[in-house]
Amino acid sequence: MTELLITSILILVKLILVFAAVLGLAAYMVLAERKVLGRMQLRYGPNRVGPFGLMQPMADVIKLLTKEDLVPAKADRIMFLIAPGMASLIALLSFAVVPFSPPITLFGRTIPMVVCDLNIGLLYFLGLSSLAVYSIALGGWASNSKYALLGAIRGLAQLISYELSMGLAVVPVVLTAKSFSLTEIVVSQADWPNMLRHPLAFVIFMISVMAESKRTPFDLPEGENEIVAGYHTEYSGMRFGLFFVGEYINVIILGSMVTVLFLGGWHGPLLPPIVWFSLKVLAVAFCFIWTRGTLPRLRYDQLMHFGWKFLIPVALTNVLITGAVMLAVGP
Amino acid sequence: MIGSVVFYLLAAATLTATLLCITRTSPVHAVIYLVHAFFDLALIFYLFGAPLVAAWEMIIYAGAVMVLFLFIIMMLELATGGKPLTVDRRRWVPVLLLSLVTLACTVLLIIQDPSAVGSGPAYHVSPRDFGTVLFDRYALAVQVVSFQLLFAAVGAYYVGKGEPRKRGEQSS
Amino acid sequence: MNLWRDIKGTLQAYAVTFSYLFRKPTTIQYPEERRTPAPRYRARMVLTRDPDGGERCVACHLCSAACPVDCISMQAAEAPDGRRYAAWFRINFARCIFCGLCAEACPTLAIQMSPEYEICKRDPLSLVYEKEDLLIGDGGKDNDYNFYRHAGIGVVNPRGGNADEYGPVDPGALVP
Repeated sequence: MTELLITSILILVKLILVFAAVLGLAAYMVLAERKVLGRMQLRYGPNRVGPFGLMQPMADVIKLLTKEDLVPAKADRIMFLIAPGMASLIALLSFAVVPFSPPITLFGRTIPMVVCDLNIGLLYFLGLSSLAVYSIALGGWASNSKYALLGAIRGLAQLISYELSMGLAVVPVVLTAKSFSLTEIVVSQADWPNMLRHPLAFVIFMISVMAESKRTPFDLPEGENEIVAGYHTEYSGMRFGLFFVGEYINVIILGSMVTVLFLGGWHGPLLPPIVWFSLKVLAVAFCFIWTRGTLPRLRYDQLMHFGWKFLIPVALTNVLITGAVMLAVGP
Repeated sequence: MIGSVVFYLLAAATLTATLLCITRTSPVHAVIYLVHAFFDLALIFYLFGAPLVAAWEMIIYAGAVMVLFLFIIMMLELATGGKPLTVDRRRWVPVLLLSLVTLACTVLLIIQDPSAVGSGPAYHVSPRDFGTVLFDRYALAVQVVSFQLLFAAVGAYYVGKGEPRKRGEQSS
Repeated sequence: MNLWRDIKGTLQAYAVTFSYLFRKPTTIQYPEERRTPAPRYRARMVLTRDPDGGERCVACHLCSAACPVDCISMQAAEAPDGRRYAAWFRINFARCIFCGLCAEACPTLAIQMSPEYEICKRDPLSLVYEKEDLLIGDGGKDNDYNFYRHAGIGVVNPRGGNADEYGPVDPGALVP
């Protein structure tokens, strides 16, 4: 019983630490994105609140919390209220299976540095990321507005298309690690990261992940200059904030998935593992911001053509070739 | 003991959700109940020691098939069911109750099975075992099913392609 | 197969945005840094004076007639020597669109645009400028110009006595 209690408390502590770290990081991702985008466009970005604008996230939160929380009269009320929470919650839940560093020993007991090391951790992540569609779909539908509905429809079609190529891109990684557990996937990359072993899979995964996070160039569900703000057109105040923060939590979780699956997780010379992990996640997040500053939004038919007629066939071929090579070379 | 209680609770929840699904007038609400049923079903699979099947249930049925359903419903504007939405809170009582049952069962499962966080119980089927059985003993069945899917895909492509358009003909 | 071209085009864009990261931003951080506007910048109007210190305005109403938003109003008055002046002169800057038509219409160079652009006020009524607020000490863009040395009634020189001026026309001589 005491064993169970200690395990539960440890999980709780890890949970709180991870939540705090992820939420804080998400808040500062917003600031970092605005700063980096600003510098890419020869502007300064926010620099008024606090030194270098570092208090900007607090100002944003205060602003969002004090704004009026509007619910459209014809909306499906409860669904409308639940959807934004779902967006953030699902993104946060994915973090349960991400391993940050090798197990550490504290007071004579080995503590795995992952909230919950599922043996199907990868599938858990894929499952949650496919559930993330529901927050968009239901939020957009419950608003009872044509722009929100259009955004929701676009989101549904886009996420379901790119999930396929994302799932296919991780198959070579699973083949290499011979396991669905994220910890074992990281352990299998001790020599060199999967990025070098499966470069094509890495590129496909990066592109799919960008589509999955609904950011430029794949931000059709929001498409500011076509459908107002897409699925969150009718949202205001902190409910909009939850959608917004959900997007950045998503960026972090997807960044850590790229790190875990392709960049070798915590492996790296000199620095402690957790620092390597954070650095890699931040580098991926920077790539996301960089892409947003570089590429324009795709047209809808381009998005669908690229997903179904290019990315998925290439991913399938990649799986086939990788499997054949591993069968020929492997033990 | 806890296992059988959880099973019957989940089974009841699944049946209720499915029943509610087929009696709804609004297609979107029906989809939500169906997703709920899939959730409970996935939990039952997990209870039976098949986490892989549970994960596939979530990814494929809840995450892909139902999303396609939603997509079609929204595309064809069936969403409102022809009449304006009414603000009726009683409508939400069943779904909240079902969610509560599902949540409680999840918590019970985690408590009953501390291994979900560590040491791996005896009756869990690992993905490796699953794959071995599937592609070894049932290899022929898998092949047949995959051929069927291939035919379905080719057929869908053929149907979706439509008549080749003549030159100068107006696109509709 | 344009795949190579597409990949190259995409990567070039990435290189451009990355290099912009290290350029100095072009932003002028307004309250701390201010830009000096050009002398001909069209902002708040002023009323200027002669080289001798007298008001240039002769209250001819041409500026208020030219004004498209009707934000200039004045009351004409006459001095004992026959010289006209504005008894009061009012510009409502809450309505002014800074088009510069008044300055173009002015025959005496009295009303001119100045580069002073920071005239935001919380109270719109405080944007109604009176003659005292508008008058400045010098001649603005042309300090040497004095209308009465070229035309007008005999304030500086006797009527028609300026160097570049014809004498007054005798209307009777025009009759055929």
